[in-house]
Amino acid sequence: MDNRNSKAWLYLLPAILFLGVFMVYPLVDVFIYSFEEGYNSASQTFFGYGIYNYSYVLHDPYFLQAVKNTLILVAITVPLSTGIALLISVGLSSIKKLRELFQTVYFLPYVTNTLAVGLVFMILFKKTAYSDGLVNLLLNLFGGSSVDFIDGPYWAKMFVLCFYTIWVVMPFKILILTSALASVKQDYYNAAKVDGTSRLRIFTRITLPMISPSLFYLVITGFIGAFKAYSDAVALFGVNLNAAGMNTIVGYVYDMLYGDSGGFPSYASAAAIILFAIVLTITCINLLISKKHVHY
Amino acid sequence: MKVVLQNLTKKFPNRNKKEAGEVIAVNDFTFEIPDGKLIGLLGPSGCGKSTTLNLISGLQKPTSGKIFFGEDDVTGLPPEHRGIGLVFQNYALYPHLTVRQNIIFPLQNLKGKNKLTKEQMDEKALEIAKLVQIDGLMDRKPSELSGGQQQRVAIARALVKMPRVLLLDEPLSNLDARLRLQTREEIRRIQRETGITTVFVTHDQEEAMSISDMIVVMKDGIIQQIGAPQEVYDNPVNLFVAKFLGTPPISVFEGCVRAGKLYIGDDCIMDVAGIDDQDVYIGIRPEGFILDGDGPLCCDLKGVEVMGRDITIVSTHDGCMSDEIRSIISSDYKVSVNTDQVRFSLKPHKVHIFSKTTEMRLSGN
Repeated sequence: MDNRNSKAWLYLLPAILFLGVFMVYPLVDVFIYSFEEGYNSASQTFFGYGIYNYSYVLHDPYFLQAVKNTLILVAITVPLSTGIALLISVGLSSIKKLRELFQTVYFLPYVTNTLAVGLVFMILFKKTAYSDGLVNLLLNLFGGSSVDFIDGPYWAKMFVLCFYTIWVVMPFKILILTSALASVKQDYYNAAKVDGTSRLRIFTRITLPMISPSLFYLVITGFIGAFKAYSDAVALFGVNLNAAGMNTIVGYVYDMLYGDSGGFPSYASAAAIILFAIVLTITCINLLISKKHVHY
Repeated sequence: MKVVLQNLTKKFPNRNKKEAGEVIAVNDFTFEIPDGKLIGLLGPSGCGKSTTLNLISGLQKPTSGKIFFGEDDVTGLPPEHRGIGLVFQNYALYPHLTVRQNIIFPLQNLKGKNKLTKEQMDEKALEIAKLVQIDGLMDRKPSELSGGQQQRVAIARALVKMPRVLLLDEPLSNLDARLRLQTREEIRRIQRETGITTVFVTHDQEEAMSISDMIVVMKDGIIQQIGAPQEVYDNPVNLFVAKFLGTPPISVFEGCVRAGKLYIGDDCIMDVAGIDDQDVYIGIRPEGFILDGDGPLCCDLKGVEVMGRDITIVSTHDGCMSDEIRSIISSDYKVSVNTDQVRFSLKPHKVHIFSKTTEMRLSGN
């Protein structure tokens, strides 16, 4: 038994070492950094330990703006993207013709480069001196007036960011949900059909509970992914997100480290730990809810 | 509710599109299932018995032909309007619902004047659960039940809305041998108590024989024979039916009829009047052999298996088409194992003669 145990540890060693050096140590380090007050990255000295970094970050209007942006982004994109992905997956599973074609089309965004997609969105939404952008042309067609989605009002920018995020995360969700739907045995549907169950009831009482594990997996990873949003905003609004008022929490962390106003690893660490705390809380709540509603 | 199938045919397009032609799963079925009876659809796999069941349930549409429940033509009706209960081979219990919720599920679909209150539903569910003896398991999930219990829940769910016809697809194939015996008696009891016309599909002839009022033997989409189990067993219409029914299986010999006498090889084994001279297959049921020192059929003894109440004699014969002949005789006889040969005389009503060309049964006077 001992021999087998030591062998097991030996096999695990590479993974443990790797994770330890590149995951656990940095995590612990970030945690320590976040309590080191007045850290100077040039001289690598600090005054002492305390919670000043947290207090600073929590009072920084840029951080509060980033938190607000992130929360709005999460609250809108997670339910919407999951809901729309569910609708599309159900649609995909119920058609026979052209199913492969549509599956491919819906999966394309997943393999497309984020920045390339961002560029396309710029062309669609950006208002320049020469052109109003395709979306504005459409708006004009229906009698609306042009809106500057990239440099304009806050809600317009938030709309583009949410639109973009939903569009980018959708393919993966569709992929997971179509395979989940395909794994529900036809017998259940036949049994329900024989009993005269309405389509709506079949969907809510049979299909949804059967795919609930996949659904909750998507919700949980969706929350985590949306809280970590950063590159999407950069792709749309450029690197100076604070100026655009569209910064996210991860963006704030990055700015604090490397941005124009950067060089404050302690503040960055504090912000990162706050983000971690938020994500942890939300995930725990998700898991608690899923225990009640997810079957198997 | 009697069920009538009239010239029922189901064709499937060939899966390989390059090949022409269709697969005929059910070929021109016409038969009537009397009210309140238990019918076994029996045949080897791929013979179209499950398709027949699906046609009766309405999950599949026939290519041609009609189905009547009583006097109603239900051919065009979707399953939910036919008033059937269907038990699936793998039960298809909803895994996320408790036993009670599973049983109530069909009742919750009722609309309009048939709508039930929650109390009425619970009452009905409990009533039916008592019938199938699972009333103590109402709050469990299907995964917490044994195979036999799941089977009962599936039957309860099919019965709770009092269907006109109950359909069971291979109801016992997922159970172990002991449970199978027990459950088939149970199905028989439940069917008797409710009096619902029941059709069940099986490939196991013993299962079909033991509980059916009537069996329908099928092969390649064609009905071979319909009748009471014992009658079909005693009077098979062709070689296939004779071989398909009975354990141990019937022993088939090559032989011929010459001038009113039946020969296996050079041995004349019995007189048969009224059959023209020809080459024939001779099927002898295991219980049709009588140990007889002067008997006409001489076989090479291979072994003797004593099974308590009776003895199985395993022997071989050059004229026999299978490797060995299994004959069952009462254990009152003493069989000496030291001899190389064993002689039998035969019970004439256990000997069936089939034409070598058509494989249909030939009967003398």
